Amino acid sequence: MMFDSPMLLLLTAGSGATVGTYIGLAIIVLGLLALLYTSIKAIEVDRRIVFLFIFVAVSIPILFPITFEEKATPVVKRIFDKIESLPEGSRILLSFDFDPAMAPEVQPMADAVMRHALAKNHRVIFMSLWATGQGLLDRTMQRILPNEFPDKVDGVDFASVGYTAGNEGVLNVIVSDFKKMFPSDANSIPLDSLPVFNRFSSCKDLDLVVTFGGGKPGAKEWVLFVGDKANVPVAVGVAAVVAPQMYPYFPNQVLGIMGGIKGAAEYESELIKHYPQFAEQPTPGMVMMGPQTLAHIVIIAFIVFGNVAYFFGRRREEKP
Amino acid sequence: MRRQLPFVLVFLSGFFMIFQYFVPHQKSEFVYEFLLDWLTIIGGFAMALGIWSLIRVSYDRIKRQRENWGYSVITLTGLFLMMFFGITNWEDGSFGVYIYTAEGLSNSMFVHFFDFILIPIQATMFSLLAFFIASAAYRAFRARSVIASLLLLAALIVMMRFNPIFGAWIETVANWLMNVPNLAAQRAIVIGLGLGMVATALKIILGIERGYMGQG
Repeated sequence: MMFDSPMLLLLTAGSGATVGTYIGLAIIVLGLLALLYTSIKAIEVDRRIVFLFIFVAVSIPILFPITFEEKATPVVKRIFDKIESLPEGSRILLSFDFDPAMAPEVQPMADAVMRHALAKNHRVIFMSLWATGQGLLDRTMQRILPNEFPDKVDGVDFASVGYTAGNEGVLNVIVSDFKKMFPSDANSIPLDSLPVFNRFSSCKDLDLVVTFGGGKPGAKEWVLFVGDKANVPVAVGVAAVVAPQMYPYFPNQVLGIMGGIKGAAEYESELIKHYPQFAEQPTPGMVMMGPQTLAHIVIIAFIVFGNVAYFFGRRREEKP
Repeated sequence: MRRQLPFVLVFLSGFFMIFQYFVPHQKSEFVYEFLLDWLTIIGGFAMALGIWSLIRVSYDRIKRQRENWGYSVITLTGLFLMMFFGITNWEDGSFGVYIYTAEGLSNSMFVHFFDFILIPIQATMFSLLAFFIASAAYRAFRARSVIASLLLLAALIVMMRFNPIFGAWIETVANWLMNVPNLAAQRAIVIGLGLGMVATALKIILGIERGYMGQG
């Protein structure tokens, strides 16, 4: 079921809506109305009820998918446009600086940017500053590369140098000497023998860095230790909760920001618009916007109910 | 000597780092990169130290059968299993131990433990946040004062921004919130933090702050 206009979700359920979607939405709406009534009576909602509503709000769009028409905002589109405008063969470094906990938010944008960079025939270097990031990076490469880019050759069109310990110390070294920190790739092949690293000595030879994460080391460290020092454009894909912290660096030190599922969905929509061949590929960002949207609506409703209960409760107390 | 030596080392290292940043030269960069090598080595040892500490604490808990000691058994089992699978491989029919190369990382057991245990566990823990955030938002976001009302309003607008159903107008307002008040406040915090870090660093370099030596 696709919502393509900015109208109220509950009133615009299109013809493609399943019975399950309608029933689920009706349950949520009726339940929220009942809670509004109790809130007017100044009765606080038990937190188990809040949990139940969140569970239902997340479950319904997973069982009966609801998707929305997305449009890239300028802060996301700048990343897309940068990758699009770079000449073919440019070197882009993608750093998977996240763990499985952050993956649901960050993985979709990593997938989309990876597809875009490879489709544009850029040379892509993968790495991770997080030990758990390497496992996720390997999974991503195994999932996307052989199926969608069978012509791309490891070491020629892309290479993964994996993870190495040292946090921001790693960045401090690779900004001036990449091969000192990564003498070989993740398959233990010396970087000097890989064509993708021809005439490449440090991060100064990169055309773009895109870091995905939300923790430390992550986006901020890439900006401070590599972006500024090496004068390389840095784009970030971060968990939604971290995105506001990246705004001070935008637009000069950070090229663009993809924040949470919304940022991923926007990038995916832009990618599909320009590269229709990816329309058949999974778009987890756009799919997850359904559960997130419904959950947000429920949270907004509960915030309103909380204030209604607070307001009526206070009025009752003030009455003699 | 116990006091003077650490102070001299800190003073020289700190002064050199400032010097090399503002006066980049081939020789100073050589020393700088040499020191960075130390940073990496220390990082490696810190990881080893962390593992050793985890083993000691867990072993002690199991030995004395302290509360929840069973979890320590699971911790140590997981630790040693992942270490074992991470350096071994028998995919091609022959068993091999790989300390210096990455073959162990493709060991199917290592991959399966990561894919089917670590990823679901961490994802589950993070997913639970949604429930607690919803409950906390319900209780905390109350319009008790003008400031609290402003916070509530800003939170609602930013949250609504993530919902495509509210239309373009909310995005315009939310973008203004993010790009103007949020940006100003975040930059103020960042600059304040930066100045604070410089002040603290100078106090440490000049020996005014000696907390790292166990002194006030």
